[in-house]
Amino acid sequence: MKTLVIVDHSNNKLEKSTLNTVKAGTQLENVDLLVLSDNCKDICNELIHIKNINNIFINENDVFKNQLAEDSANFIAENFKDYTNILFSNTSNGKNIAPRLAGLLDTMIIPDVIEIVDKQTFKRPIYAGNAIATCKSKNKINIITIRSTAFEEAEMSDENIGEIKEIGSLTSNNLTKYLNSELTKSERPELTSADIVVSGGRGLGSAENFQVLEKLADKLGAAMGASRAAVDAGYVPNDWQVGQTGKIVAPNLYIAVGISGAIQHLAGMKDSKVIVGINKDEEAPIFSISDYGLADDLFKAVPEMESKLN
Amino acid sequence: MKILVPVKRVVDYNVKVRVKKDETDVELDNVKMSMNPFDEIAVEEALRLKEKGVASEIIAISLGLSEVQETIRNALAMGADSGIFVNCTSKLEPLSVAKILTSICNKIKPDLVIMGKQAIDDDMNATGQMLSAMLNWGQATFASKLEIQDKKIKVSREIDGGIENIEVNLPAIVTTDLRLNEPRYASLPNIMKAKRKPIDEIKVEDLNIDIEPRLEILKVEEPKSREAGIMVKSVDEMIEKLKNEAKVI
Repeated sequence: MKTLVIVDHSNNKLEKSTLNTVKAGTQLENVDLLVLSDNCKDICNELIHIKNINNIFINENDVFKNQLAEDSANFIAENFKDYTNILFSNTSNGKNIAPRLAGLLDTMIIPDVIEIVDKQTFKRPIYAGNAIATCKSKNKINIITIRSTAFEEAEMSDENIGEIKEIGSLTSNNLTKYLNSELTKSERPELTSADIVVSGGRGLGSAENFQVLEKLADKLGAAMGASRAAVDAGYVPNDWQVGQTGKIVAPNLYIAVGISGAIQHLAGMKDSKVIVGINKDEEAPIFSISDYGLADDLFKAVPEMESKLN
Repeated sequence: MKILVPVKRVVDYNVKVRVKKDETDVELDNVKMSMNPFDEIAVEEALRLKEKGVASEIIAISLGLSEVQETIRNALAMGADSGIFVNCTSKLEPLSVAKILTSICNKIKPDLVIMGKQAIDDDMNATGQMLSAMLNWGQATFASKLEIQDKKIKVSREIDGGIENIEVNLPAIVTTDLRLNEPRYASLPNIMKAKRKPIDEIKVEDLNIDIEPRLEILKVEEPKSREAGIMVKSVDEMIEKLKNEAKVI
């Protein structure tokens, strides 16, 4: 039995969720890593310290700079089809590449796994997390995406553990061309790995009003999130969306402001350690899962909270 | 240009699903069913391409029991030209759906397949990418904007850090994200008109495809529930609780 973890990165910066995926991988067996990038050096300098892994396979190729699904999936299918498990993080890269690889290898993907019961049995949420399905796999190769908030990070060592090896070659099939990205620039922590998340909903009323929340977030060193309603209304960028079809977060503290608490939003944040709801409607469903609720006007409560924190 | 739009019949977006007592599945009896919201967005996008004169024909396809024909009718009422109903009584996984769609695509040769990025029942997010792999076509997942130029399609994709723009050769698969468009409602005259539009029926057995599920569902259970906490009366009390009780700030 061999397990391969595909290392996720953006612009050659390691995505933290990879460490959670490696941790999940170590519950299976014999973990190797694969880095596909135009420049693997910085990523490998971090990966080499992860405990309980064997090989770090790399392929440096300009083709992999933007992790296009077509080239990445072809490369993995050609070089790693003797593996028993291939794990991805359930990030936008993982969600894009993993099912394509599964299609190439004629195997049924097991997405968004939150628990590994045994080597062929996995738990995953369905219906926006309103039910948990336990699936037993009859696949020859399990291609799995891992929900990072459900697993700890892999332990690191001061020593060098993994052995870096170059592998394979690929010629691009040129089906798809990367043009450019419009990335949201932010000094704040990354949403999916932040300790504290401050999230706003339709109750904010406008893009300008979000500044009220941003001040609070900056005081707390928090990441910013939002409900689908706030993103759809154009108040904030799409990559702030928390929920069934957005990002899944589980910070120590989640502060939901002006968010009513639709099940689709709760699906993305209900595993947070402590949840705070601030909403002027005291009947709002968000209060039914909040540890601490405050039924008050957010435009009064949030600035007051911000000014009283030191 | 011919566009194929797969549509899935799922539990309506507004229904709060409940797990069955015997923990074999969720309760589906007497539950309102609708077209998967992401598939509605896919139908809408196809219609807009037709209205712009880019597309000439839109075919909606659904797989399953005879009820899925209602979902095809919904797509026809929105404005699709014709439907394909793949009659299948066994439960289908995304892998099987992708295989069936591959076989249909090889027959009817669409220039573009637009489909939802995920179905809101099993939340798999898999069929589009699997179909692209099997057809060896390019894929543009999580699309929030698209534009067709000659034999290529330019797509803005919603990714974790923001937006990524790519260009994919046609034929291609696009999977829709929420912000691509706002789907229209079918008007009454269009609902009437849809009743006369043709739906081709295909029996899944005639396609000769292995649709045996690879994942056996052992159990479907309630998630761990979260109990409601307390309501605080003031911001001061909130800060006090977060500092001294929860110790998170």
